[in-house]
Amino acid sequence: MNEIFSLSNLKEGETATVKKLRSTGSMRRRLQDIGLIEGTRVECLQKSPSGDPIAFLIRGAVIALRSEDSCNVVMSEN
Amino acid sequence: MIRVGLTAKSTGIKLIEGSLDIEKETPNDKVIALAGNPNVGKSTVFNALTGMNQHTGNWPGKTVTSAQGKCTFNKTNYIMVDIPGTYSLMAHSAEEEVARDFICFGNPDAIIVVCDATCLERNMNLVLQTIEISDHVIVCVNLMDEAKKKHIHIDFGSLQKDLGVPVVGISARSGKGLGELMQAVEELNNETFINPIKIKYISPIEEAIAILEPAVKEKLGDKLSSRWVSLKLIDSDDSLMSSIKKYLGFDITKDEAIAKKIFEARAHLKECGINEDTLNDKIASCLVITAEGICADAVSFESEKYNSRDRKIDRILTSKWSGYPIMILLLIFIFYLTITGANYPSEIIANVLFKFQDVLLEFFKSLHIPNWITDMVVMGVYRVLAWVVSVMLPPMAIFFPLFTLLEDVGYLPRIAFNLDRHFKKANACGKQALTMCMGFGCNAAGIVGCRIIDSPRERLIATITNNFVPCNGRFPTLIAIITMFFASSVALPFQSFISTLILTGVIVLGIIMTFLISKLLSVTILKGVPSSFTLELPPYRKPQIGKVIVRSIFDRTLFVLGRAAVVAAPAGLIIWIMANVKVGGISLLLHCSQFLDPFAKLLGLDGVILIAFILGFPANEIVVPIIIMAYMATGSIVDLQDLTQLRTLLVNNGWTWLTAVCTMLFSLMHWPCSTTCLTIKKETQSLKWTAISFAIPTVVGMLICFLVASTARIFGLV
Repeated sequence: MNEIFSLSNLKEGETATVKKLRSTGSMRRRLQDIGLIEGTRVECLQKSPSGDPIAFLIRGAVIALRSEDSCNVVMSEN
Repeated sequence: MIRVGLTAKSTGIKLIEGSLDIEKETPNDKVIALAGNPNVGKSTVFNALTGMNQHTGNWPGKTVTSAQGKCTFNKTNYIMVDIPGTYSLMAHSAEEEVARDFICFGNPDAIIVVCDATCLERNMNLVLQTIEISDHVIVCVNLMDEAKKKHIHIDFGSLQKDLGVPVVGISARSGKGLGELMQAVEELNNETFINPIKIKYISPIEEAIAILEPAVKEKLGDKLSSRWVSLKLIDSDDSLMSSIKKYLGFDITKDEAIAKKIFEARAHLKECGINEDTLNDKIASCLVITAEGICADAVSFESEKYNSRDRKIDRILTSKWSGYPIMILLLIFIFYLTITGANYPSEIIANVLFKFQDVLLEFFKSLHIPNWITDMVVMGVYRVLAWVVSVMLPPMAIFFPLFTLLEDVGYLPRIAFNLDRHFKKANACGKQALTMCMGFGCNAAGIVGCRIIDSPRERLIATITNNFVPCNGRFPTLIAIITMFFASSVALPFQSFISTLILTGVIVLGIIMTFLISKLLSVTILKGVPSSFTLELPPYRKPQIGKVIVRSIFDRTLFVLGRAAVVAAPAGLIIWIMANVKVGGISLLLHCSQFLDPFAKLLGLDGVILIAFILGFPANEIVVPIIIMAYMATGSIVDLQDLTQLRTLLVNNGWTWLTAVCTMLFSLMHWPCSTTCLTIKKETQSLKWTAISFAIPTVVGMLICFLVASTARIFGLV
């Protein structure tokens, strides 16, 4: 089975484009509220000292997401 | 800082009802709602317009209640209503519901949506959603000074053209642009150029709306935007439907004509391949893309690296190697400043107040007032008052401004960012780090702050464990004991430093207990999985140091004085009575402490200490005065200038290092004070959880004291 490239695989400094959201319910809507939709460019900025959450640059704002949520954001590789 | 003692309106349930109760002084008063994303400086705008002394902060959830304030402009009264900061109005959370309900049903004359100039695109989502609901919208682009620093240019003409509503740029911090803003508000109803943008969705959705809209318009008339309600009906927004039922009095989904059209509309969408789930996605995407387009036209960045300064700072503050050390050092630094900074003013205030005491005594004597009344009023009430003010006020007046500065700069979300993983392991929420920090200032404020946690389960965990961090009221107890018993042997310049270290150690212990108990709760009575979590790390902003310090000191001083009058004074009276009313030769106070003594000794304390904690229920700061009074058996509080005298007094009454340690541990972990208990009751609306919040720190504290005392005794260390 192919390994899916998700937001949680992004390394610090890397940028990629959102392909699909796999989260459901309120998390899905919350992600959409902050602008994470298909085609959005996201840059991985900073990992927390404990490794999680990770801060991303999304449409000009810095938002931190836990890995269990960011692994549900499917990205297309550049 | 969310202040203690917020009004009845600040409870969750009353919030919805309360937020729609606007008190107009005259019928011509205009109601203006202030909406916006979190962290855009909405509170600053609110304060600047209304002049109310509310604290502003760089953290979401700061304005979780709806505040109202008055603003007069060109002879018209405007009532500004500060609604909760939200990312959207789709009502995924209690705050969003409140915001949406007020905009829909609160009948504001206008809605000002405050945006951050350095982050316009993300803010635009809320702007567009608001315009969908109401025509009377003004977009207020705040933080223009920050945008200028980052070389971000905003074309207001383009924005105004695209959005079709007035757009005003301001810098609330420096007061610039506020006149233009109110001018725009004034002219809003006269404005003829207003032609608010109509969000165009993809054709299938537009067609579906068109099917339903006429029926909705007929039912609703002008009460709400029929186009928007139609969209929500098709999308089955249950929350909106129940709000319509609540505020307009009818269940719109039960209307036959409308129900039929909804069915038709949805069928049409299905034909075009759009089902329930995809519909929601399409609506959200459309808003995001429209926002993107508008901002692409209007906003230009001179440099792509405009946020590089923030990135660099974050790299230091949250990196693997420097993140935690910096946090701990910062903590130590703040406590150090609080302790040393408080010493000098404490002494001065104590001197003044105790001198005034003599004046009072003379005054009473000259009026030939009976001795026992003089004794009661001056030696009882006044003394406790004086002690509390001289000991409590300086640390609070220093700690709160420092903490506020930290908040304003934007550091607190970084703390949540650093600690989230550990909280997650305890099955709690990273935002608990923030409520914990608030608890350092005041536990009741920390409880109110728990509102920023969305999940009710995690909110309860944060509420119950909040008392494990010592508040400003407990600092003096801890500091006094530390200074008397542990630092007094060290030379003077190092005394403050050692005191700080030990205090930090105690607090770290409190934090560790918070984690442990959170974990324990989450596997026993508050079982569940960690909820989803997004945390915004807002840009760093230079705080207005002068303003913050002055306002915070003023704020806190009033608060402490108020509390001293309301709590400490009556407490002083009661203590005096208990200490001076004698039954069978010994005072009531002594009776009680003797009664409690055996149990207290088990905990490494003694009867006097335990009763002091019990009597300290109204306010933790009076615990030490009571202990002293009881030992003195003179029935009144002694002057506290000399700590070595105090130490002798304690040692003479049986204190050992173990007693000091156990007293500190018990001070850290015992029942919440009365204000905190009341706040918990208000916030949780449940006696059960209030009782649990009361019991858990108490039981834990007693257990630990017992263990420490027993261990020390078994090993013959005492």
